[in-house]
Amino acid sequence: MNELLDPLLLSRWQFGLTTIYHFLFVPLTIGLASTAAVFQTAWYRTGKAEYLRITRFFGSIFLINFAMGVVTGIVQEFQFGMNWSEYSRFVGDVFGAPLALEGLLAFFFEATFIGLWIFGWDKLPRGLHLATIWATAIGSIMSAYFIIAANAFMQNPVGYELNTEKGRAELVDIWALLTNPVAVAAFPHTIAASFMVAAGLIISAAAWHLARNQHLDTMRTALKFGLWTMVVAGALTTLFGDQLSLAMVETQPMKMAAAEATYDTVCGADASFSLFTLGTPDGSTELFSIRVPYLLSFLSTHTFDGCVEGINDLQAQYTELYGPGDYAPIIWVTYWAFRWMIGLGMLHVFIAVVGLWLTRRGRMPRHPLVWKAAIWSFPLSLAAMIVGWVFTEMGRQPWIVFSLMPTESAVSPNVSGLEVLISLVAFTLIYGVLAVVEVRLVIRAIRSGPPEVGEPDPETGRVEPATTVY
Amino acid sequence: MDLPVLWFWIVAFLFVGYFVLDGFDFGVGMSLPLLGRDETDRRVLINTIGPVWDLNETWVIVAGASLFAAFPEWYATLFSGFYLPLLLILLALIARGVSFEYRHQRPEAAWKRRFDGMITVGSAVPALLWGVAFANIVQGVPLDAGHNYTGSVVDLLNPYALLGGVTTLLLFLTHGAVFVSLKTEGELRQRARLLATRAGAVTVVVAATFLLWTGLAFGTAWFWVFALVAAVALVGGWLANARAAERTAFTLLTITVASVVLALFSALFPEVMPASNDSANSLTIANASSSTYTLTVMSWTALIFLPLVLVYQGWTYWVFRKRVSRASIDAAAH
Ligand code: HDD
Ligand code: HEM
Ligand code: HEM
Repeated sequence: MNELLDPLLLSRWQFGLTTIYHFLFVPLTIGLASTAAVFQTAWYRTGKAEYLRITRFFGSIFLINFAMGVVTGIVQEFQFGMNWSEYSRFVGDVFGAPLALEGLLAFFFEATFIGLWIFGWDKLPRGLHLATIWATAIGSIMSAYFIIAANAFMQNPVGYELNTEKGRAELVDIWALLTNPVAVAAFPHTIAASFMVAAGLIISAAAWHLARNQHLDTMRTALKFGLWTMVVAGALTTLFGDQLSLAMVETQPMKMAAAEATYDTVCGADASFSLFTLGTPDGSTELFSIRVPYLLSFLSTHTFDGCVEGINDLQAQYTELYGPGDYAPIIWVTYWAFRWMIGLGMLHVFIAVVGLWLTRRGRMPRHPLVWKAAIWSFPLSLAAMIVGWVFTEMGRQPWIVFSLMPTESAVSPNVSGLEVLISLVAFTLIYGVLAVVEVRLVIRAIRSGPPEVGEPDPETGRVEPATTVY
Repeated sequence: MDLPVLWFWIVAFLFVGYFVLDGFDFGVGMSLPLLGRDETDRRVLINTIGPVWDLNETWVIVAGASLFAAFPEWYATLFSGFYLPLLLILLALIARGVSFEYRHQRPEAAWKRRFDGMITVGSAVPALLWGVAFANIVQGVPLDAGHNYTGSVVDLLNPYALLGGVTTLLLFLTHGAVFVSLKTEGELRQRARLLATRAGAVTVVVAATFLLWTGLAFGTAWFWVFALVAAVALVGGWLANARAAERTAFTLLTITVASVVLALFSALFPEVMPASNDSANSLTIANASSSTYTLTVMSWTALIFLPLVLVYQGWTYWVFRKRVSRASIDAAAH
């Protein structure tokens, strides 16, 4: 019983679950805000009803999603203090600053302008109203930067000094904190990946209608836009992911070793990347594996004769540096999460390229299988995103702040296992119910198709949007 | 003034912003079953805060993050110590936040009724619990030498703290009702004014008791100044409301809420979380704050960006300054 009520274990589960949940909504917010902004700009320029309808269609999905992003975000912020009070005491001086900057610079901005966008259709001049959706989009991207800078400190602490008297890390260089090489690589990687997720949704929604041969005028445009976004964002995600790999090997070699489950240091051709492996669950014995020679060396060092340190060697080094302990994360999680992230991502770019080929010069594929595959775009790209984070966060274990603070000493000492269990159950229940409601509403919004926007003004030839009220 | 003291007042300012703004929209949420006679009424009520509730709520996010950055010890002690009440606040804010967006997604009456209920409960619970939490902070809680809260959740529900909770609940309800009378037309506007008169009368009594109790037990000179301002503004606001001077009433109630929050922070100063068992364990502005460097960085940011935030948020309120009428709701296609 006492093991079940371990506050550390429960807090980790809670943080993992609530963060993953928060992040189901965030990439769509980031990607769809910009999508709505792009189509609204097209409408602003041309006055064509078609663009306004697409704007409002994806805008409504964006808003259903946005509400969830906001309410789950508050939970995230409170949890540092609620469940990880020792962590908050230790890093607050450093880690609090980007969070406060995020609130002050990004969240206020976003929350204000989204209200203006939703309700301002008939209250603001057209150009100003267009500016509000761009402001919302920019705000969401800025908030991602600050939160990733905070997270990067946990992966690769920089810009701080230890104050032994107070027993905490103190900020000495905010610039170093904000230009942490891990943040600089992780930010564009995450943003590009967010655009892949949004492109996934656009492709799925458009495919659903096109498969039924309806709303062809708007959905064809949307599909093209989605496919191109997927290809471009996919290329960028790969490019930045590659940069991120280099930063990671530099700062957390154990994570790369765990990503590949290499126990012994390997060089050159032996530093191969396995596409698929069957082995014992802890990954120490391999039964069967498909391998690409040199690839691991290339990913980690950009050379073909580089060496990749193995888990055993790193374990020995760390024991010497930090004292006895187990410094490897859970290998099967990191191994498979890394592969699924890359694999699902590549699959999407592939699907999108095929899609572009099949729809070239106004063609429309007739085979239902094509559309079925396209409809899976969204859930699978979202899954790639999530496993990427699971890899990053679980690969950091056993540290909460790499090399400075182990996760086990970060948990709130005065919060009982029972209390965490209560909150974990409560969050699971309310999040579960809301997930069902949210998915149904999004599907409903997709099915009902792009809304009608009225007749064009006979004089100007433009359509004018209607008022929005709740 | 040294930086930690400056930040104590910036945090106070952020909580003033939060309780003034989200306070009245909690009030509108609570008034939903009291004022909304039919679906159109309820939609009018929700639309008075529709464009602004999210930006209002963001004040608590910024206040919380500033607490984290400027006073990590305070943030850590407070949030871990008040674990279960904060959980309830979070659940309420989740339920409330999604309801605004989800309520209008489907036409069925049962669907709407469910989200109306969530808005009402989701507004009342934080309105009550924030008061309980702040009263407990002022009163002090048992802390050990590591600044960890050693009491239980039941200890937080003492008479003084509950009185604090009822005070904020009633204050927000009154402020919300005055806001509705300022933002609507016709019968709804009249009913809102009547609600403000009735709730306001109870609020005057309860708030006076709470402030007197606080003053006698923990009062400082500045506390009495702010408490006096709060009392005068509250009575003035009540009278203005009775005479249908809606703008004046709303302004005076805004001053009331702000002064109550400032009075509580004054009662706290220079501690931030007094230990009721042993004053050696108390958290003070000095021992809970961040390093000078961090506070300097934060000060510059706040100095530059807070005025900007106030400008664009003020502009938003100005854009949506018109009253919401039943006709405008019925006219909108839905
Ligand atoms: C659609 C999603 C997606 C796709 C297709 C990829 N990634 Fe990724 N990856 C993410 C989504 C993601 C992410 C969820 O956004 C992460 C989590 C943390 C981060 O910064 O981005 C991530 C993390 C992440 C990390 C861990 C960084 C760390 O722990 O510090 C590495 C090394 C890579 N990625 C590398 C790649 C490579 C080499 C890819 C392709 C060839 C790739 N990713 C495709
Ligand atoms: C949105 C993407 C993210 C996802 C999906 C994610 C996922 C997770 C998961 C699964 C865990 C549990 C790991 C374990 O205990 O083994 C975790 C822990 C944690 N993450 Fe994240 N995370 C994300 C982003 C962030 C960011 C941006 C921050 C900080 C700014 C952060 C801070 C933490 C902290 C403090 C913990 C708890 C301590 C720990 O277990 O190390 N996470 N996260
Ligand atoms: C564990 C760390 C995290 C914390 C503490 C956190 C905090 C928050 C908060 C408080 C909100 C609500 C803001 C509002 O009211 O407008 C929010 C929303 C948001 N978060 Fe997070 N978040 C975390 C992880 C992430 C990550 C990893 C990203 C991006 C890469 C992200 C990006 C966003 C964005 C873009 C929004 C606004 C859009 C939306 O509400 O969906 N967050 N977050």
